[in-house]
Amino acid sequence: MKVSIWRGGKVGRFVAYEVPRLENQTVLDVVTYVQRKLDPSLSYRFSCRVGMCGSCAMTVNGKPRWTCRTHVSKVAVGGTLEIAPLGNLAVIKDLSVDMRVFFDKWAKAGGAFKGDKTRDDDFALIKPADKQRQNANAGIECIGCGVCYAGCDVVRWKPDYLGPAALNRAWTLVNDARDTQGPVRLQLIAGENGCLGCHSQQSCQEHCPKHLSPTASIAGLKRAVSVAALKGRL
Amino acid sequence: MTSHRSHPSYWAFVLHRVSGLVLAVFLPFHFSLLVQATEYAVGFDGFLKWSEQPMVKLAETGLIVLLALHLTGGVRLLALEFLAWRDWQKTLVAVCGGLSLAIGLLFLVNAV
Repeated sequence: MKVSIWRGGKVGRFVAYEVPRLENQTVLDVVTYVQRKLDPSLSYRFSCRVGMCGSCAMTVNGKPRWTCRTHVSKVAVGGTLEIAPLGNLAVIKDLSVDMRVFFDKWAKAGGAFKGDKTRDDDFALIKPADKQRQNANAGIECIGCGVCYAGCDVVRWKPDYLGPAALNRAWTLVNDARDTQGPVRLQLIAGENGCLGCHSQQSCQEHCPKHLSPTASIAGLKRAVSVAALKGRL
Repeated sequence: MTSHRSHPSYWAFVLHRVSGLVLAVFLPFHFSLLVQATEYAVGFDGFLKWSEQPMVKLAETGLIVLLALHLTGGVRLLALEFLAWRDWQKTLVAVCGGLSLAIGLLFLVNAV
């Protein structure tokens, strides 16, 4: 199988490799083969290999994907693969990108939980059927892989836009009854670089490997911001 | 090579944006025709006759489709952002597209 892999930093080129085609082969298997057998100087990032850690995302044939759970058979076009680093993030080397901006934006979106209970207090009792809890549950399984961020054209056009993952995180906390940062967080995520910047193109949910819907979370934030503005709380 | 943009919701975004831009370009002509219709009735008769040509009717159908796309696309976005979330967003995109084409067809059938 012919595989083209991006080599270099911001400036670089695709280098072609010949990799044996195996049954049940993932894209990460291919990259690992190249690094171990053909060119040990290839840089890439992975950890768990089972779709939990969110560190192996790359651009595969033009689309952002988690590579450890992407089978070659599903994505190879004409039996070939083109593997590039994730888009919208600065390339460090080859397939490794700098994720700092991505995670800094989680902090900027008020992504840290802050409660008012101590370890001496009893557990908060929240019913599983609670509407807010269900909203939070719908977005809580994010693994922070950056696929949605790489696939978002609003991020591409406006580099300061917080992005789908950070806003999805904010939405799960807006719906967390134990959290105390509600009004503060809404102020952080309202505005052009927050939820109001989203054009609902839905590439985030199209590509999310966990099948989450950041667009739904951002729509929820837009409603929360609208209600807060109408009530004069923003 | 595929792209992260190749999915129906993104096409809907592009259609909404393009139809909005084209309609914005068309609006000044629309207003100038309105002025002609009210102020210069004789000259406007000539325009009405010109507009009976098949190619002009076809272009008008195109405008109607663009208008319908922009209207249905706008309602879809408002529903997406202000009503409860629905997981069948692609179905909504298809409904908006189908509705717009149907409206264009209806206009064309009546124009012929």
